[in-house]
Amino acid sequence: MATVTLDNVRKAFGKTQVIHGVDLDIADGEFIVIVGPSGCGKSTLLRMVAGLESVTEGEIRIDGARVNEAEPMDRDIAMVFQNYALYPHMSVFDNMAYGLKIAGTPKDEIARRVATAAGMLQLEPYLKRRPRELSGGQRQRVAMGRAIVRKPAVFLFDEPLSNLDAKLRVQMRLEIKTLQRELGVTSLYVTHDQVEAMTLADRMVVMNAGRADQIGRPLDVYSNPKTEFVAGFIGSPPTNFLDAARLGRRAKGARLGIRPEHVRIVPEAETDLGGTVAYAEPLGAETLIHLRTLDGQAITVRQDGAHPIPEEGATCGIAWEPRDEMHFAESGQRV
Amino acid sequence: MEKRVTFKGIWLPLLLVAPQIVITAVFFFYPAGQAVWQSLFIPDPFGLSMQYVGLDNFRFLFDDPFYRASFVTTAVFSILVTAVSMGVALYLAVLADRLIKGSGTYRTLLIWPYAVAPAVAGVLWLFMFNTRVGVVTWYLGLLGYDWNHVLNDGEAMGLVVVASAWGRISYNFLFFLAGLQAIPRSVIEAAAIDGARFWTRFRTIVFPLLSPTTFFLLVVNIVYAFFETFGVIHTITSGGPQQATTILVYKVYSDGFVGQDLGSSAAQSVVLLVLVSILTIIQFRYIERRVHY
Ligand SMILES: Nc1ncnc2c1ncn2[C@@H]1O[C@H](COP(=O)(O)OP(=O)(O)OP(=O)(O)O)[C@@H](O)[C@H]1O
Ligand SMILES: [Mg+2]
Repeated sequence: MATVTLDNVRKAFGKTQVIHGVDLDIADGEFIVIVGPSGCGKSTLLRMVAGLESVTEGEIRIDGARVNEAEPMDRDIAMVFQNYALYPHMSVFDNMAYGLKIAGTPKDEIARRVATAAGMLQLEPYLKRRPRELSGGQRQRVAMGRAIVRKPAVFLFDEPLSNLDAKLRVQMRLEIKTLQRELGVTSLYVTHDQVEAMTLADRMVVMNAGRADQIGRPLDVYSNPKTEFVAGFIGSPPTNFLDAARLGRRAKGARLGIRPEHVRIVPEAETDLGGTVAYAEPLGAETLIHLRTLDGQAITVRQDGAHPIPEEGATCGIAWEPRDEMHFAESGQRV
Repeated sequence: MEKRVTFKGIWLPLLLVAPQIVITAVFFFYPAGQAVWQSLFIPDPFGLSMQYVGLDNFRFLFDDPFYRASFVTTAVFSILVTAVSMGVALYLAVLADRLIKGSGTYRTLLIWPYAVAPAVAGVLWLFMFNTRVGVVTWYLGLLGYDWNHVLNDGEAMGLVVVASAWGRISYNFLFFLAGLQAIPRSVIEAAAIDGARFWTRFRTIVFPLLSPTTFFLLVVNIVYAFFETFGVIHTITSGGPQQATTILVYKVYSDGFVGQDLGSSAAQSVVLLVLVSILTIIQFRYIERRVHY
């Protein structure tokens, strides 16, 4: 168990700046998810914590001690890789026991710990198999098992579920969360999937092009995004953005953001904003209605599945509560 | 998925493989058959008639202490050549694998020796170690060491081993480097996180994952040391001093062409034929199966 601190961490590959100064304080036992689009530097940040990438500037501390110069094996961490990175020539048992053997753990202790981990992960029937004789989900579990037997101070995960199919992903997500709760190990988890981030995180870090745009509890981030990027990235379907100038009212900032579930379809007479229905997606519990305003801006409305669905091509009015509006400056910052 | 081309008739495929078959027949099957046939006879000193002697040539051969010594020489020579060329190549490949910048130049330089014909390589090393004018000999002399591979058995063996191994390093290096680069980076990283330092990782992860390559090279290098080092030995020591560097292949030549003992030479060829067959079978049988994972 440990705390992890990132203090103005920067990374450059040659002349290319990739991480532009990230600050993060992770409490003991906390589950932090780093989320962001492809190429924003999530893996790089995680690999710096792991000691697989050097830190160009700033400081990383684990339990208060600077680890910038420490080798990966001296950081008391375990990592689960996207491609699992199992040792192909070893059995499942040996894969899990590898770290313990190197640490010189007594044989019976190794056997006991591997058995416990295998029990937790339902891997008992496969202990003698080689990784290539396992399914993707089973390999994923072995990778998890390899991480937990060592009882590290920090778990690092780099998109561990992205090679699994949708159903298995949901199931493993739940298992990871349960395991982490049970073990209470400080965890840093990287994903580009915002649903994964929302469901797993105690706090999440939304990364945008090498910067941490916002750090906070998932629901806080969702309901109160600090930047236009965060508002657009977290939430599906994404926030609607409208040109404030063209809306011609209460223009605060350059753009106005409004979440699809906050937009209502109302009779045209009741509002000054209207549009034509491009198409509707009835999903059962809810319906997504995609509209185009008269001046050509796209708006998505998310309404209860029981509400009437307007015809395609029909014109209708739209409205929302002013308190749900989010205003963003030209720079993307919330105003 | 393997894509197979299928032919309608039998003539086109036959025509396409004909050159290879003809070459194999003329340069392998025919001489091999001749060797087997001749090994059962002793020709008279003028080569006018042959007398059938059954397996006497072989009996005589294996009673000959020089021939048995040549077996030992060959074993020592092959083991040394294989160990030196593979060891150095693996070391260089591990270094090149860690290097990212400038690895292209480094690789090209390491590949050059492979393009040098064995006999030329032999002459090259011979010049460097020439007992009177060799550069290395001269420097060794300055250090107070009197190099003379013409008289000293061990030095002669050392020189032919180094000269033979040198030309092989490039070849082995290429295979080792390709093998190393085929190991996923994340597996190595996972081992590092699991606590394994460089040497432990090499011993427990890298080397086992490299074992198919290593095994392949082992067989190929032994075959090389057995059969393709003739040029090096011929140019540097001609099998001497005494018979200290006379490996089996060289003995076939020296007994047959120099000593004119054609019956014995043919029998030796047959023995070599059997050896190379065994090596080839081992190679084909195990190369795909003994993959470590
Ligand atoms: N070794 C490297 N050398 C140079 N540039 C690199 C290196 N590794 C990563 N980068 C660059 O750093 C940026 C961030 O890469 P990173 O792998 O951290 O992205 P990511 O957020 O993990 O993306 P993804 O979701 O696709 O995995 C990318 O623009 C990438 O091109
Ligand atoms: Mg990544």
